Amino acid sequence: MADRLFAWLMLGCAVLVVASLLWVLSDVLIEGFAHFSWSFLITEPVDAGRSGGIGPILISTLWILLIALAAALPLGLGVAIWLSEFAPRNSRFAVHTGITLDILAGVPSIVYGLFGNAFFSIYLGMGFSLLSGGLTLACMILPIFVRTCESGLRAVSDDWRKGALALGMTRSSAIWHILLPAARPAIVAGMVLGIGRATAETAALLFTSGYVDRMPESLLDSGRALAVHIYDLSMNVTGGDGAAYASALVLVVLIISLNTLAQSLVDNWFKRRLVVS
Amino acid sequence: MNQQNANPYTLGEIEQGTPCCVPQPLLQVRDLAVSYGEKTVLSQVSLDIYKGCITALIGPSGCGKTSFLTTLNRLTDQQAHAQVSGQILFDGQDLLRDPIDTLRLRRRIGMIFQRPNPFPLSIWRNLELPLKEHGVQDRRVRAQKIEQALRDVGLWNEISDRLDSSALALSGGQQQRLCIARALVLEPEILLMDEPCSALDPISSGVVEELILRLRGRYTVIIVTHNLAQARRVANYAGFFWMTERVGKLIEFGQCRHLFESPGHELTAAYISGARG
Ligand SMILES: Nc1ncnc2c1ncn2[C@@H]1O[C@H](COP(=O)(O)OP(=O)(O)OP(=O)(O)O)[C@@H](O)[C@H]1O
Ligand SMILES: [Mg+2]
Repeated sequence: MADRLFAWLMLGCAVLVVASLLWVLSDVLIEGFAHFSWSFLITEPVDAGRSGGIGPILISTLWILLIALAAALPLGLGVAIWLSEFAPRNSRFAVHTGITLDILAGVPSIVYGLFGNAFFSIYLGMGFSLLSGGLTLACMILPIFVRTCESGLRAVSDDWRKGALALGMTRSSAIWHILLPAARPAIVAGMVLGIGRATAETAALLFTSGYVDRMPESLLDSGRALAVHIYDLSMNVTGGDGAAYASALVLVVLIISLNTLAQSLVDNWFKRRLVVS
Repeated sequence: MNQQNANPYTLGEIEQGTPCCVPQPLLQVRDLAVSYGEKTVLSQVSLDIYKGCITALIGPSGCGKTSFLTTLNRLTDQQAHAQVSGQILFDGQDLLRDPIDTLRLRRRIGMIFQRPNPFPLSIWRNLELPLKEHGVQDRRVRAQKIEQALRDVGLWNEISDRLDSSALALSGGQQQRLCIARALVLEPEILLMDEPCSALDPISSGVVEELILRLRGRYTVIIVTHNLAQARRVANYAGFFWMTERVGKLIEFGQCRHLFESPGHELTAAYISGARG
């Protein structure tokens, strides 16, 4: 009896979560589609975004993301490999690196924004630009990406490491050919988390990539990210709600498709090395 | 190979303790000691390994048999706190003192582990990877060697139609034979086997045991086993390890038949009669 009650309770929780998610999604979908058209994707915003589209904003968003991922993924994977495969056990440096990463993972994004502004924009002289926005996001998603990949690598069976070494393989090729493919699910999960956070980020970008809504001409131009645009439309622009919803729709679709793309790219890349040469 | 299929060994027929060739030490171990940090786990081990013969090492858990095996292919290098002293002469070189190319050494001295550890790759790739790693560039040569190795372990007929499927889908016994094939594909001189049958069911274990017997003469095998009957069935030479004052020692070493039928030490006699251990 108590068991059945418990089961019902848990089912209730699940239903609640799914229902609220569906409510948010359907709200965005319905309101968003009402204001959406294909030209919305490619035209310039007019009248502070009340009409027109999000063409330049979409481009800026993609550039910022590309910069963030291009910087964070290789660097993060490198740190994760070092932590799990090379750092001597009980090494103080490794332990402190881990603690630092955990603290950084919990730092609110606005703090990253302030840091990015001080470091990339002012100290390195990048100003308000796609580059400093992207690099700030890279810093922001790095800790969680490193930790996910690291724990994925650590979970890989030691038998394979020993097996590879006993065959006279170098450690680097054991990592490259066996451990990384085996840790694939964790790496994909880290990427998905990173892409999600970076695409949805507003606060960290306000002070770094800025909110100029023109088409960026170079990576050193300021550019407005989609999330910043939504924030601006709903907070500062009266009568911008429709455009905000349509932008939110684009943002949701963007995140989902980027994640699917990343997943299939990584999967394909690894699967080719798992089966034939 | 075919000849052996036509006239398979039955395990009971193998005459025990007969050296299968002119005794000629391939490997000479002198006064070997292993410690992990402060803790000495093995000391004063001296023995000769004869070419083409099977040497069985027996003894209770924790007396350092695995540690002994891993000194021979320098897998101990990977454990930062492992210290090895003494002398291991192989091919005119002292493995512990002379500059050794450990990758090449591990190609010449292969190792099989207690738990089968095929890589999470396709069957083909499991065998191809070590070959590529050791610079076998020619695809046709690789294919030839892979087929030969699979035939040598009797897997070719069983799995030649699914070489591209995952090695992890094989049964435990097949996985272990695949691991043996993976070691054989590099054409080693010595095979170290650490309890190769103890994770297998009795039938698979019997198959692997027969395989080990077929390797006699072509390869030099050092096998650790807890199965005394197995040691008697397969080995030409046998060594008995025992812990005295928490340090592993080699109590007795000699022809397998002598060790089992007229042990020279009371500890050996007690152990093989099942009184202790
Ligand atoms: N990497 C290591 N670090 C510290 N101690 C170790 C390490 N490997 C083994 N030992 C210790 O060394 C001793 C001998 O271990 P070893 O694995 O060589 O014994 P074994 O004879 O193979 O035992 P078993 O029959 O259980 O496999 C054990 O007390 C073990 O705890
Ligand atoms: Mg052992």
